[in-house]
Amino acid sequence: MAQINSYTITIEVNGQSVTKMVEPRISLVDFIREELRLTGTHVGCEHGICGACSILLNGDPVRSCCMFAIQANGMRITTVEGLAPERGQLSKIQDAFCEKHALQCGFCTPGMLIACQALINKIPQPNETQIREAIGGNLCRCTGYQQIVDAVLFATKISSPNPEQ
Amino acid sequence: MSQSDTPNAKQQFTYIGKHRRAVEHRRFVVGAGNFAGDIQLPGMCHVAIVASPYPSAQIIKIDAQAALALPGVVTVLTGEELCQQIEPILPGVDAPSVQRFPLAYPTIRYSGEWVVAVVAQSRAIAEDAAELIQVQYAELPFVIDPEQALQPGTHLVHQIAKTNLIFDRQFVWGPVDQDLANCAHTINYRVRWARSSTVPIETFAVVCDWQDATQILDVWASIQMPKFPDQLAKALRLPNNSVRVHFDIDVGGSYGVKRGLKHTILVAYLAKKLHRPIRFIEDRLENMRGGDMQGPDRIFEVTMGFENDGEIRSMKMHAIDDIGAYAGRTPLQLGKPVGAICGPYRIQSVAYHAQAVLTNKTPQEAVRGFGQAPTNYAIETGIDLVARFLKMSRIDLRKRNLIANNEFPYLIPSGTHYDSGDYAAVLDKALKSASIEDLHQQRDDLRKSGELAGIGISTCLEPSGGNSAFEPLFNPKNETTTWMESCLVRIDLGGTITAIMGTSSSGQAHETLVSTVIAEILLQDPETIRVIHSDSLNALPSNSPVGSRMAIMLGGAAAGAAKKLKQQLLAIAAYQLQKNPNDLVYSANRIYDHTNQNNQISWSTLVEIAHRKFHLLPANMEPGLQEKFVWEVPTGGQLPSTDGKVQMYPCHSFESHVVLLSIDPKTGKVKIHRYVCGHDCGVMISPDVVHGMTYGGIAHGLGAALMEKFAFSPEGQFLSGTFMDYLLPSATEVPGITIVDHCTPSPLTEFGQKGSGEAGYLGSPAAIASAINDALATIQASINYLPMTPNAIWNAIQDKNSTKISN
Amino acid sequence: MKAAPFDYHLADHLDHALELLDHLGNDVKLIAGGQSLVPMMAMRLAKPSHLVDINRIQSLQQINLQEKSLYTGSTVKQKDLESSHISQAIPLFKQALPWVGHQQTRNRGTVGGSLAHADPSAELPLIATVLNASLHVQSHNSQREIRAQDFFLGPMWTSLAPQECLTDIHWPIWNKQFFGSRFLETSIRHGDFAMASAAAQINLNPDGTIQQLSFGVGGMGATPIAFPSLSQPLIGKHLSSEAMHELANQAILLTEPTSDLHASASYRMNLARTLLSRALLGAFEQAQQHPQ
Repeated sequence: MAQINSYTITIEVNGQSVTKMVEPRISLVDFIREELRLTGTHVGCEHGICGACSILLNGDPVRSCCMFAIQANGMRITTVEGLAPERGQLSKIQDAFCEKHALQCGFCTPGMLIACQALINKIPQPNETQIREAIGGNLCRCTGYQQIVDAVLFATKISSPNPEQ
Repeated sequence: MSQSDTPNAKQQFTYIGKHRRAVEHRRFVVGAGNFAGDIQLPGMCHVAIVASPYPSAQIIKIDAQAALALPGVVTVLTGEELCQQIEPILPGVDAPSVQRFPLAYPTIRYSGEWVVAVVAQSRAIAEDAAELIQVQYAELPFVIDPEQALQPGTHLVHQIAKTNLIFDRQFVWGPVDQDLANCAHTINYRVRWARSSTVPIETFAVVCDWQDATQILDVWASIQMPKFPDQLAKALRLPNNSVRVHFDIDVGGSYGVKRGLKHTILVAYLAKKLHRPIRFIEDRLENMRGGDMQGPDRIFEVTMGFENDGEIRSMKMHAIDDIGAYAGRTPLQLGKPVGAICGPYRIQSVAYHAQAVLTNKTPQEAVRGFGQAPTNYAIETGIDLVARFLKMSRIDLRKRNLIANNEFPYLIPSGTHYDSGDYAAVLDKALKSASIEDLHQQRDDLRKSGELAGIGISTCLEPSGGNSAFEPLFNPKNETTTWMESCLVRIDLGGTITAIMGTSSSGQAHETLVSTVIAEILLQDPETIRVIHSDSLNALPSNSPVGSRMAIMLGGAAAGAAKKLKQQLLAIAAYQLQKNPNDLVYSANRIYDHTNQNNQISWSTLVEIAHRKFHLLPANMEPGLQEKFVWEVPTGGQLPSTDGKVQMYPCHSFESHVVLLSIDPKTGKVKIHRYVCGHDCGVMISPDVVHGMTYGGIAHGLGAALMEKFAFSPEGQFLSGTFMDYLLPSATEVPGITIVDHCTPSPLTEFGQKGSGEAGYLGSPAAIASAINDALATIQASINYLPMTPNAIWNAIQDKNSTKISN
Repeated sequence: MKAAPFDYHLADHLDHALELLDHLGNDVKLIAGGQSLVPMMAMRLAKPSHLVDINRIQSLQQINLQEKSLYTGSTVKQKDLESSHISQAIPLFKQALPWVGHQQTRNRGTVGGSLAHADPSAELPLIATVLNASLHVQSHNSQREIRAQDFFLGPMWTSLAPQECLTDIHWPIWNKQFFGSRFLETSIRHGDFAMASAAAQINLNPDGTIQQLSFGVGGMGATPIAFPSLSQPLIGKHLSSEAMHELANQAILLTEPTSDLHASASYRMNLARTLLSRALLGAFEQAQQHPQ
């Protein structure tokens, strides 16, 4: 078995620089949850399908279960805890999720918010197809996705289209 | 999106039925949920599992030496030790010899069954150690197919039970044979509901901590289960009041399956033995294969007898459920459908033969609807076949048979009264919303363009309220008739309101439900009402959120407690104002004399008097403002009759789905063009919550219908271990859905509410199958099993000559 | 599902990576995006003692678009192939990339990673095979070019030696005139591996005869499969729709798909035949419609 070395890594997490020692095999999501105690990001499958672990890495949504923490050295990550503009406020997407009941158990929600935030960073007024594609890698078993789509449309101020069209 | 319409609502409400942001969302959208896997305690250790690769084997030897030598490993636990120290988990049917333990010993009964638990300082080290454990097995014969398992001479999953048929009962309600002989036609058909499940995104997670000093076992678990603390205490040989289950843990989805009894018993045992906190989060592989959370796996053989005008007189249904290697509560999942066995139809006589069969597969667990969704699929398939036989429209045939809105309460042959409903109206609303004429046109256009296209219809019941009378029905030795829920409501010295509920939530927004209900009664802003979850030591009786019961039962309990407080406030006011309470008006923040508005007393004064001014209280009144309400399920409390009749669930919600889809005839790939669901759950306390449940239930049903299956090889190997094998629908598979609401209030509940936790799931597999068969019928093909994957549909297209109807 | 322990080495330039590959023995794997490797390590299907991280090596991240060729470094991210000027040059990328996992996958996954992983159902290996891209491979003391049609040897198996690193890929760019391409795949869910996929690319002569044609299928055997023996003889000829169906038929007869949980071999054959037919027809139609 390989010798277990630890290495120092520095990551900017939600705007704050963090330096820690890690074993190489610690996944980024486990590092976030167990080392940094940011338990908002969740583990659903650990093999890159469910998307519950999604975070922004240098601004792009990625699955933090499919990375080792050490690979993120020197990078910038945003977790769900970093989405709100200020303490006590909610981002547009977070607020829209509440308004449109876009969540139930809350487990997929952090990853879903990350995917939606990344989408509207790129496409400020996405249509329904673009929204569904953007969250296609985030599985939800509670909502059936309809109210999530409604929330993104609401956040970007287009009224819900009739699904017939 | 949805269109709400409450023409039949009993009364106008202040808070009930309004759009309101769910209270729970505040913590979830900022990542501040409190899930069991988030719990970190000092000195906590972690568990990994060694599972059997064989479906059937004897454990010969376990060598854990290398594992124990690994730095960071604390202990290795085998079934041999564990089985002697705890009580077995028993089935809900009368089969006490079919015992289950968290770790198998000495017999393995399914591939993936847990054999050894490793405890280490980290989960990663526990997994390293698990790889080093060497288990010697002697393979045994096994049986995988349920119909094979019924044959004499087949391998017995539990030798001691002498049969694989762990439950077998025939019910005959009415003169079925006579009716079938006398009616103009009969059809026989078979459908196969594949083993699927709800598969929440959060796996089961549990943390246990035992303290010698207090003799208390603390449990934080991702749990949704009735009588969980009790069963835990029993298995661990602890008094009930030594077990403290924390119900304030957020559960990341359950929809039935998060029972986790074996997980928790294992972890609790380890916590007690090692005297340190232990955490076990199932990884996805452990969950899929050995988490024992798979769902109904049913073969239905059905006969329907009907007249030329479409009246369906009688039905015979034979249901075989492959429950896997252990029983638990799951054979009862054949029993709940008894309470809606004829669906929403006026079928006069019914025979029901229910069989639960053991095989060497992963055990089942309770799944959303507790067997109603597969049963609805079976019934609705028959309705469509009858319509096709008579060359009658499926809509007209349904209308011929749907119970009419003036026939309630309606007594079905198996003994349940349906409380209220207007089934035809909901169907009509769904058809109108879908523009059924447009759908017909669209279907024709799609067909002209070379696609197969079909419209699907389903009209299904959602029994709700959780009178689990199937328990004594299926096991007469179990004479349980209490199905209760409780709420305690306090108004504190500062005048703020806190309510306490005694069970966990997994996304149903119970805190929102309870605060809305209390607000309605006490006319206080629901945003100011706090709802907390107790633990099992300070909880009032609860039967947990099962059977779509919480809007009814928790809503009823919260209303009951709030009403008692309201009466107390009126009594204090009456005493102060020297009036008869009947002359007073209870209003938001004050009570006043109805003849003179200025003769009033404020909320804060009333609160002060109750808490601090004993000298101003009426005689014999307790100080403070706190009331509990413990409520038995309406229409509950009876044992079944000897001929197997019983009142099951009290309230009956109803849904009607209309679907348009097309099939690429060359690839079998399905595309859904339109999905409409008409839904009636009486008065909706929280429309956003109800709609959310319905959308989610439809997505669950779509998965079960089109892509989800726990598959086993003929050699008993489990094939669906990852999310690449077991396919959950994403936002690109679930279409846009329109919900149309209707309201026939229940006469049995405080506000007229019925349950809706199983909405959508109970009717969508039937509707999608109906649409696919409508499409395939144009080429004389059909499909009678789920999931209807592209390959399965393509097979059906190739296999055009098979007919599923026989006379 | 925690990975087994390993040691980690960050390579800051290619020579460093190649030295490490040479020194660390046989139980070493390269990691770039990790979208295939990390899940495999989580499931303990891969347990390398050493990981060499090549994801920060600048020289492997270059994209060089010329008139007749696109050069991509092996650690170019998949999402970067979706950019407009690249997909104008090689439209197959634009057609196929939306099927490669989801946005999260493509934000980390690399072009070279997908090729080196060599899943027979994956999109980029199929495109590489159909275009017969040229893969540049280096070790500490050697380098070579391998054509894509020789690179894929079996499921998850390429001709890369343990000490070799795929460094860049040369994708040929065809004439823009009378050009058509089509990529189709069918999976149960969007983003899953294909049950079968088909890609076709064509250049026509002004008289409508075939100037260049290449097509292939994925998910139909141990590797993605192109059919040069069927396409070469068609150069200079006209091809009717019926002939295209027949061509697809002949191609599928040369494949040996397996059955798995999601698709039987016979269904796959039918599916691939349908997709290939449609891909050929679609590419052909496009080539006829857009003279430039």
